[in-house]
Amino acid sequence: MKFFPALKALVFLACLIPLARLGWFGYTSQLGANPIELITRSTGTWTLVFLMITLGVTPLRKLTGWSWLIKLRRMLGLYAFFYVCLHFTTYIWLDQFFDPQTIYKDIIKRPFITVGFAAFLLLIPLAVTSTNKMVKRLGGKRWQQLHRLVYIIATFGVIHYWWLVKKDITQPVIYAIVLSVLLGYRALVWLRKTKSANLSSSHSKPMLKPSQQNS
Amino acid sequence: AKLSGLQKSSFSVTDPLTPYKDVTSYNNFYEFDTDKSSPAQMAGTLNTRPWTVAVEGEVKRPKVYDIEDLLKLVPLEERIYRLRCVEGWSMVIPWVGFSLSELIKQVEPTGNAKFVEFTTLHDPKQFPGQRSGVLDWPYVEGLRIDEAMNPLTLMAVGLYGEVLPNQNGAPVRLVVPWKYGFKSAKSIVKIRFVSKPTNSSWMKANPREYGFFANVNPNVDHPRWSQAKERRIGEFFKRETLMYNGYGDQVARMYAGLDLKKYF
Repeated sequence: MKFFPALKALVFLACLIPLARLGWFGYTSQLGANPIELITRSTGTWTLVFLMITLGVTPLRKLTGWSWLIKLRRMLGLYAFFYVCLHFTTYIWLDQFFDPQTIYKDIIKRPFITVGFAAFLLLIPLAVTSTNKMVKRLGGKRWQQLHRLVYIIATFGVIHYWWLVKKDITQPVIYAIVLSVLLGYRALVWLRKTKSANLSSSHSKPMLKPSQQNS
Repeated sequence: AKLSGLQKSSFSVTDPLTPYKDVTSYNNFYEFDTDKSSPAQMAGTLNTRPWTVAVEGEVKRPKVYDIEDLLKLVPLEERIYRLRCVEGWSMVIPWVGFSLSELIKQVEPTGNAKFVEFTTLHDPKQFPGQRSGVLDWPYVEGLRIDEAMNPLTLMAVGLYGEVLPNQNGAPVRLVVPWKYGFKSAKSIVKIRFVSKPTNSSWMKANPREYGFFANVNPNVDHPRWSQAKERRIGEFFKRETLMYNGYGDQVARMYAGLDLKKYF
């Protein structure tokens, strides 16, 4: 695709809009009565959104046949990591102000923080191994196995959101549905693959030995 | 609209006030919506006139009060109270109102009146949030009779010297400053004296997380987050949460001997 480099640059810039929006809100004092809460919520939301978009690349590519989509996936995944870093930094810096005792207690005692922290930690090896060099070093298969961690990470992310809301679970439910569709698609593909593999192997027996059929 | 001739109160705290804009734009009022900025934007759908408050149940003189009569019941006072939300943030608000005890004295509770129940208006036309099942409507809250009679317990009709904005619970709401904010029912239409404790809307929603007393207590955590600290709106650093939100001198004796971990 001739315009791909331009498209990629455009997507790169578009992914910065959520951050630019926060910056603009800060600059024009529109962050509201509780700015730290708003920043935490916003960076958390965009982490989830980018995780979902990243997980959406493969199904969308298969359904549309736009093979170039795969070339955007690494960037989208790294944006998920970028926003989770902002989210985590907001928490330890602005929210807790580097109070190690409180942060430690939070992570140990509060399930929604435990699961969110776990998701963050699990995302680190994926970000580290996102370079071409690392793919080569690990080998395609091992690299892919490692990066399937994202299924767990996204699930943890949705649980993290679900467990922190006070009562109105509308938003987390929406993410849970989207994630179910994205993971469900993969489960279906996998099921079909194993089924057809089984079918072809059972069919192949009589085909291979036609002489036995005669006897 | 300005409220005039307000008396000063010795119950006022000296903490710096939370700006009017924040007090009136950051509100938990699920009757409108579950996010905190919507109530201010949607508040126009609530019509606070005419408005009546029925005072009934275990009382000798039940009465349906017109809001205009409630405003003239006793001279209005300005009281600067801390407000601590169960979510971990707090404000300092100059309320205008009168002690609930003044109203209670007028209706003369019987010996069976052990608890007082407060009910918020139930009208999905005025409160669009009530079309969702996020809470069991109408919003109901309750106090023990001694808590209701405590001079700190306020019926608020205004803030910052003005009539209460709709998003803050107009035309009349409860303010119980030593308890988490959700105990302070807004837009009240009924006050009922009963013999048994109220199963409040939040207790029904999640009995493990929200108890009947809901006293501000830094030592008893919410099951999902700590209550040791709070962020005062407008401040950067979190501050330590005070036992009974700093009102221990006035209220601690009501809970002498009570296991606060069990009765949270």
